[in-house]
Amino acid sequence: MSQFDFLQPKSRQIEIEQFDDRILTYVLEREQSFLTCISCGGCTATCSAGNLTSFNVRKIGLSLRRGNINDLSDEVQKCMFCGKCTLVCPRDINIRNVVLLIKKGIAQLETEKTL
Amino acid sequence: MIDKKHIAIIGGGIAGQEAASVLTGLGYKVTILEKNERMGGMLNKWSKLFPDFSSSQLVLDAVKVATDKNLNVICNADIFSVQKENGRFKLSDNSSLDVYADAVIMSTGYNLFDATLKEEYGYGVFENVITSADFEKVHKSGEKLTTADGKAPRRVAFIHCVGSRDAKTGNTYCSKVCCITGVKQAIEVTQMWPECEVFNFYMDLRLYGSKYDALYLEAQKHHKIQFIRGRLSEVSERQGKELQLKAEDTLQGRPLRMKTDIVVLLIGMEACKQNEDLCRDNALELDENRFFKSKNIYNHRNSSTQSGVFLAGSCICPMSVNESLESARSAAMLVDKSLKVQER
Ligand code: SF4
Ligand code: SF4
Ligand code: SF4
Repeated sequence: MSQFDFLQPKSRQIEIEQFDDRILTYVLEREQSFLTCISCGGCTATCSAGNLTSFNVRKIGLSLRRGNINDLSDEVQKCMFCGKCTLVCPRDINIRNVVLLIKKGIAQLETEKTL
Repeated sequence: MIDKKHIAIIGGGIAGQEAASVLTGLGYKVTILEKNERMGGMLNKWSKLFPDFSSSQLVLDAVKVATDKNLNVICNADIFSVQKENGRFKLSDNSSLDVYADAVIMSTGYNLFDATLKEEYGYGVFENVITSADFEKVHKSGEKLTTADGKAPRRVAFIHCVGSRDAKTGNTYCSKVCCITGVKQAIEVTQMWPECEVFNFYMDLRLYGSKYDALYLEAQKHHKIQFIRGRLSEVSERQGKELQLKAEDTLQGRPLRMKTDIVVLLIGMEACKQNEDLCRDNALELDENRFFKSKNIYNHRNSSTQSGVFLAGSCICPMSVNESLESARSAAMLVDKSLKVQER
């Protein structure tokens, strides 16, 4: 390591190449409708959990699409699986199932890690 | 010399009338079949046009076909069948009317989305939820927009994409004209009530036409309209008939609640229901959005899938007034071309 590391602070830029798409692939294989999300926010507006906590289901979807999966595992715990998000989605995405699949996908990745 | 070939035009809105003017000008015999009592179609419902606030009456007056010995106008004619018979077309309505023609132009226009179907927005239930068409009616009457109990609104919210781009309503296409209508009407509200705050809730702003962005700039600069990127999830009514909106401000990434006095739903354009009837006895087809299908959407936009039947205006897809008129003129030219080819 160079002693001048501080001159090159960690970049704030999004590095597309480094995206981790393992969970995204897992979700899309099982819930194709998620491909068509346009980030309109209808789901977040109606979300039961989002009105009580900082949980934002649209942003969860966005993080997933961008391969930003570090904080997902804590976030998805807040979902109550009420399904209201799915009722309002103009793209007919089963967004409730997307959250469920993120949970499952993460669990699967963890099992693979411990094997 | 052109003989007196006869062209039937189904629909006497601006597209039908514009096509009729061109064709009578070329010496054809033309019959316009209008299902309503009077001509003019949907534009009768509109007060001012985007992008320059011209009166829609100007366009209605300009398209009015000059009385011509070759023109025949039949109102209250609800045509439900178009059949080919011995090389000509036979058009029938449900009374005893039969019209024979050498070529047909479909200019049946569009329907407005029925906003009561979007139940969560409360149209038809909450009195202060209105549609863009209701707003035009108020504007046209010369009155100012007020709440149901006659008060000046302190805040008005416009909702984009109601009945368009929404799989839940069965319409996944964009109606194209409602974004710019929303900008126009938002400005008109502040012209009525300079103190009123106006918000537009959108998913994407699609202002695609010449001079449309200038109107958007004007809305921001001179009228302080606020544009919020987020889809409305629901409207509820509170005490005193005040409304509460729920959306996400997606650019801030947080849920948003807003009280407002009036909500205006920017309703989309749908294909006319009767188009299905009109396809029954011939080779006409509808596209995936239930509008008439063109032979191809590039070089043959105005040709239907039935030879001899042509398409004009917003029965092809959602169109602005300008586009509708242009479409009608090109349909008329195509009719002329095809009849001349037949003669040879
Ligand atoms: S409502 Fe549907 S399209 Fe809109 S952000 Fe949520 S999942 Fe995406
Ligand atoms: S299912 Fe989960 S994400 Fe969807 S509205 Fe309910 S709590 Fe929110
Ligand atoms: S023009 Fe605008 S409001 Fe109308 S459907 Fe398209 S995006 Fe929605």
